[in-house]
Amino acid sequence: MLTPNLRMAFAITCMAVLIVSVSLLKGQSNPPASPATARPRVSAPPAPAIAPAPQSPAVVTPPAPLPPRFVVLLDAAHGGDDLGGHLSSGQLEKTANLALSVRLRSLLGARGFQVVTTRESDQSVEMNRRAEIANHADARACISLHTADTGSGVHLFVSSLSPANPSKFAAWKTAQAAWVTRSLSLAGILNAAFLQAGSSVTLGRTPLPGIESMKCPAVAIELAPERGSDHKFTADSDDSDYQARIAQILATALLEWRAQAMQPGTGLPDVGQHGPARIDSGNTEARQP
Amino acid sequence: MIPRYQVVIFSILVLASLAMAGMLWHLRQRAHERLLAGVDSAPTKAPEVAPAERATLMVANDDDNALLAQVHSLPLPADPGSRARAVLARLLDLYAAPNSTHAVPGGARSVSQVFLLPLPQRGVPEAPLKTNTVIATDSGAPISGGPEPEHPQMAVVNLTSNFAASHPSGLETETLTVLSISGTIHANLPRVTEVRFLVDGQVRPTLAGHADLTRTYLVGDALPGPAPASADSSENPAEVSQP
Repeated sequence: MLTPNLRMAFAITCMAVLIVSVSLLKGQSNPPASPATARPRVSAPPAPAIAPAPQSPAVVTPPAPLPPRFVVLLDAAHGGDDLGGHLSSGQLEKTANLALSVRLRSLLGARGFQVVTTRESDQSVEMNRRAEIANHADARACISLHTADTGSGVHLFVSSLSPANPSKFAAWKTAQAAWVTRSLSLAGILNAAFLQAGSSVTLGRTPLPGIESMKCPAVAIELAPERGSDHKFTADSDDSDYQARIAQILATALLEWRAQAMQPGTGLPDVGQHGPARIDSGNTEARQP
Repeated sequence: MIPRYQVVIFSILVLASLAMAGMLWHLRQRAHERLLAGVDSAPTKAPEVAPAERATLMVANDDDNALLAQVHSLPLPADPGSRARAVLARLLDLYAAPNSTHAVPGGARSVSQVFLLPLPQRGVPEAPLKTNTVIATDSGAPISGGPEPEHPQMAVVNLTSNFAASHPSGLETETLTVLSISGTIHANLPRVTEVRFLVDGQVRPTLAGHADLTRTYLVGDALPGPAPASADSSENPAEVSQP
């Protein structure tokens, strides 16, 4: 025979278990929202209008296969307190980077790319946060955009990490190592597009702290002033016409990159073939090869 | 007739004047020594009495994003640390000159010190670390407990904050500066295989917003080694003599 005290304790325990179960179920059905700061903007291509099919109960048509998702990450470097460089026109690098990012996003969206950007306004975004956005987006191409006053034309940079085989677990600071070969392929396509368009372009490899945590083919693009044959300036790096031309070339090159990805057997940007991989946020020091 | 008390007072005053003069002279000497101690008396240029030697500079070019090896003839001290600093001073003087291919203000005074530290040889088991053991001087010469002289070295380049603040911002230009300094050190001190950078003695995230200064730059295989001393100038891309 249970005493009244034991009966009361049993009832309270049952209620507590019930409340916890209900709250757990609620948590699963409503995942927590991502932080408000540096929320990536995703712009998907417009869905094609589909006319309703006549209903025929006898024939069951299988759903049309969805076009493969091809995500491009645009990372406008700097922002917020991080001003970047001071351009000769008086503009800050962070502003010129954002302008180029917005311009390129529009062009890529019109060409059917799904574009994810690391920032859409003058806000500070941590390097690690940029890499998190890229990795969560499962991007097929990651483009970090910079502008500068030195040199001329377009400077393409790929991480200087030594290529490594993809593994299930990757160190946070060297995650790009498994993608360096594909990053070089992407840089090659961009390089060819700029050369075909008559632009001056240089290629280089350097430590890129933010990019080296990204699990995608990644290239840093630095837009320098355009110079003529007599080495005189013909356009500043923040000139809107110049940026429009560069964005057009980039969009064309990314179309080529996507076309290569669609070809069976190339496997260039097929990032999903290794399955989901976890990235440790360990403190592995990356050394330049 | 001068009264006796006046003579005594006069004598005391003369003695006091002499004592104060002596004290003033002593204080002046102390102030002078203190002033000298506060001034950075480290050499910023190689002494002219040293014999001129050939030094290979990896000179950056912003236009083609490349490093060009130039052989310069300049007086170099025997001490490796001072030697590295003298070579870098010449390199940064080139960048500060008008019509430079890689314009960076600052010049020779932008490098405060270059420290050379021994590295453990690869494949050789590392000896147990002795605490409180000085292993290298400013110039990199081992004092006690240091490794064999054939061991590779790491160069730690201490730049001034003025240099970092005035450096043009950009991925290409900053990368070229870092690689140019690293390559120049390796070209003249082949034992140096790793280079790290400090700014005013502190670790700084980037040079001017882009080039990562928190990591070690390996220079052993990535860049060309020193030009052989007997090499003809035609074998080198450029040879410049000190005026």
